[in-house]
Amino acid sequence: MSIVVGVSFMVGTYLIMARSLLSVVIGLNMLAHGSHLLLLTMAGLKTGAPPLLDRPETAFSDPLPQALILTAIVISFGITAFTIAIAYRTYKVYQTDDLEQLRGSPDE
Amino acid sequence: MSFLHWAILIPFLFAIIVPMLYKYIRPVHTGWFILIVPSVLFVFFLPYINPVADGETFMETVPWVPSLGINFSAFIDGWSLLFALLITGIGALVVLYSIYYLDKKYEDLTNFYVHLLMFMGAMLGVVLSDNVIVLYVFWELTSISSTLLISYWYHRDASINGALKSLNITVLGGFAMLAGFALLYVMTGTFSIQEMIGQAGGVIDHPLFLPTIILILLGAFTKSAQFPFHIWLPDAMEAPTPVSAYLHSATMVKAGIYLVARFTPLFGGAPEWFWIIAGGGLLTLLWGSLSAIRQKDLKGLLAYSTVSQLGMVMCLLGLGSAALYFDDANELYTVAILAAVFHLFNHASFKGSLFMTAGIVDHETGTRDIRALGGLMLVMPATATISLIGAASMAGIPPLNGFLSKEHFFMAITDATEYGIFNMETAGMLFPVIGWLASVFTFVYCCIFFFKTFAGPFEPERFAKKVHEAPIGMLISPAVLGLVVVIVGIFPNLLSQSIIEPSMAAILQGLPTDAEAFTVDIEHWHGFDLELFMTIGVVGFGSLLYLAMGKWRKLSIYNKTTDPFSPVYDSGITGLLKGSRLITNVQMTGRLRDYLTFVSAFFLIITIWTMIRYDAFVIDTQNISEISTYEVVLVGLLVISMLALPFIQQRVAAIVVLGFVGFLIALFFVNFRAPDLALTQLLIETVLVILFMLAFYHLPEFRKEKMKASFKWSNALLSFGVGLMVTLIALSAFSYGQGHDFSPVSDYYIENSADLAGGYNMVNVVLVDFRALDTVLEVLVLGVAALAVVALIRLKMKEGDDI
Repeated sequence: MSIVVGVSFMVGTYLIMARSLLSVVIGLNMLAHGSHLLLLTMAGLKTGAPPLLDRPETAFSDPLPQALILTAIVISFGITAFTIAIAYRTYKVYQTDDLEQLRGSPDE
Repeated sequence: MSFLHWAILIPFLFAIIVPMLYKYIRPVHTGWFILIVPSVLFVFFLPYINPVADGETFMETVPWVPSLGINFSAFIDGWSLLFALLITGIGALVVLYSIYYLDKKYEDLTNFYVHLLMFMGAMLGVVLSDNVIVLYVFWELTSISSTLLISYWYHRDASINGALKSLNITVLGGFAMLAGFALLYVMTGTFSIQEMIGQAGGVIDHPLFLPTIILILLGAFTKSAQFPFHIWLPDAMEAPTPVSAYLHSATMVKAGIYLVARFTPLFGGAPEWFWIIAGGGLLTLLWGSLSAIRQKDLKGLLAYSTVSQLGMVMCLLGLGSAALYFDDANELYTVAILAAVFHLFNHASFKGSLFMTAGIVDHETGTRDIRALGGLMLVMPATATISLIGAASMAGIPPLNGFLSKEHFFMAITDATEYGIFNMETAGMLFPVIGWLASVFTFVYCCIFFFKTFAGPFEPERFAKKVHEAPIGMLISPAVLGLVVVIVGIFPNLLSQSIIEPSMAAILQGLPTDAEAFTVDIEHWHGFDLELFMTIGVVGFGSLLYLAMGKWRKLSIYNKTTDPFSPVYDSGITGLLKGSRLITNVQMTGRLRDYLTFVSAFFLIITIWTMIRYDAFVIDTQNISEISTYEVVLVGLLVISMLALPFIQQRVAAIVVLGFVGFLIALFFVNFRAPDLALTQLLIETVLVILFMLAFYHLPEFRKEKMKASFKWSNALLSFGVGLMVTLIALSAFSYGQGHDFSPVSDYYIENSADLAGGYNMVNVVLVDFRALDTVLEVLVLGVAALAVVALIRLKMKEGDDI
């Protein structure tokens, strides 16, 4: 599982260094996936039943990381939506999504 | 809060009231109200003279940060009392003078008096604080207020430059001093100066001794304009003359001297302390007096003369510190301290009056260039008389006070050759020789100051204004100081018991104070001894040199007025600016790629280093869960689709793959017993794909990335590194967790969610019950993001509009 995490981080890092704004957004998304899986893996996989108490099992998987990841998924969705909107807006205003061309003036 | 604390704070309180006074009471010059502050404080400090002369000291403490040993302690002994009296006394005279100097119609009095009061309070704080941290705070406040006052006429470039120069140099020194104080704390374990002195024993032999005194002396030397840091003082003369008279000759520049004397009981007796101070002072004395001769600007001349006189006092303090080496109060050494204290007072009196008369000349004639001035004696007789007294005292002519302190200076430097320590019997010969030479130059510039301004024929057509005597109010302050010069000159022993003896006792703390050498008796006539011949020599050679001015005034060295050290400072500043711009340009490229490269590379380097340093790479194969074929297929699919992402050239394909990855991850969640996560992931992924599709409708097709191959490879390499690193961290952390017995926090939730929250889905309970506040904030974040998205899409802005 750790390898999957590593791969998703790798792809994410590669993509956010690209020139196209959209690639950057996709890269961010990949990084988010990577960190969710990382959190889950760290808690130990398949240590028990789903964390639902009305079932007969007594050993559960750790509920806390799941709660954290749930929050993280939602937040990362918010961020992705926001960056997409920024990309859209940037394209409307500057007619390009190339980060090279979007560089500010040299004295900024 | 005792009265002493209030004495420090009152100027600050008044500084707050000034703008209101200025606004609502327009017809009266604001200075009249300000005058009350230093006058009252002066009267307040006067009653301390008697008990302090009897050897009493006063310490009042108000806790500030007691846990760190930082207390606002006010301390008065002879030495700080002398300064407090100088600050308030000369302060009152300067404020009185400024009332006539600054026109209430044309000048911005609020700025002036607010900063002046701020300075007054800060300076009182410096000399009355016993705690070094509090002292440092006030010390920097004096630097700041001095800078603000120098830049008072801020529309002039020269004022701004002078202000910046003084700020850079003095604050640099102040910062070094703070480091020195920190080292002192390491050595002594206290921030209180008196407590440090109480345990002075081990400090000199401590290995940190030399760095400490160098850092502290950096602060003192920059503040007191000692060679080679003196360059800021001449440029500070852009300040209004009352400021120059007050800060840059009488009080602030003496803060360094105050500090050196204050720490003499702690450090005195060490050869390094002796040589740095005495040698530095001697060099400053010579350099300042030589440079003063070359000045063509009246205030520039006075500035360099201040530099030189400060050097002289510094040199004397250095020499006097030898007394602590012998640990006895022999007159051989104490005379140096006596001369230092006495000259400090005399310098404040005569230099203050000289600055004020120079200001009058400037005010009434419109110029300070000595080449343009001349013949003012008949037009401005009163100013000329006061100047004559001041200049003669500075030159060391009997019976004025300058003569007396100069005699003691000669006595101290000739005695110094007989110390028999620190190589004084050989290298010490420099002291009388250089000291005497510098005195000759001092005599010459005093002549230049007086005769070039006031003697010679008067030619009214040379001046832009109609020249006349200054108003009486402007003359009061310099006249008072001139009177002090004469009275102290004639009856020097007025001061000896009340001021000089207690000050000496404070500087040479720890020596038997009842010794005979502490009994100060200043006389004019010592008989035909070496000092008298030296004075005669100074007057004789000085007069000759001045009369021969016609011969050497053509020399190129005379005609250049800039200090050779100023370009060093200037190029240093421009170099610093260029250098930082260079670094910023390398770093701030404006490319997202570069920033991310920096971040990832830094992450990589620092984690690799930490991992190797602590040998943290562990891969533990025990305890990992068994893998089913189903999972292998899932992992394979996920990895392949993720790896494919960067190579996809079509955006629709990219988005489909992205969605695919998302759903695969949802399957993983199912597999790993996380049903809630899987649900959320599915939902979110669906919405996201739709969102992407919507956005893609407006966005351009992927272009073929036109990137250099090397860029591509370095990106790939870096990404691979990051990925590998994260994998390793994950593996190691997991193994570490397995190897050690950590009890997870979650047990609490597992046990309690049904009982306390009445919910059976633990994840949900954690989210909406135990960590409900986090969830509320999460909703808030989402709301903000949604608003921002709406704003970004709906907002109609014209081209070039700014948000």
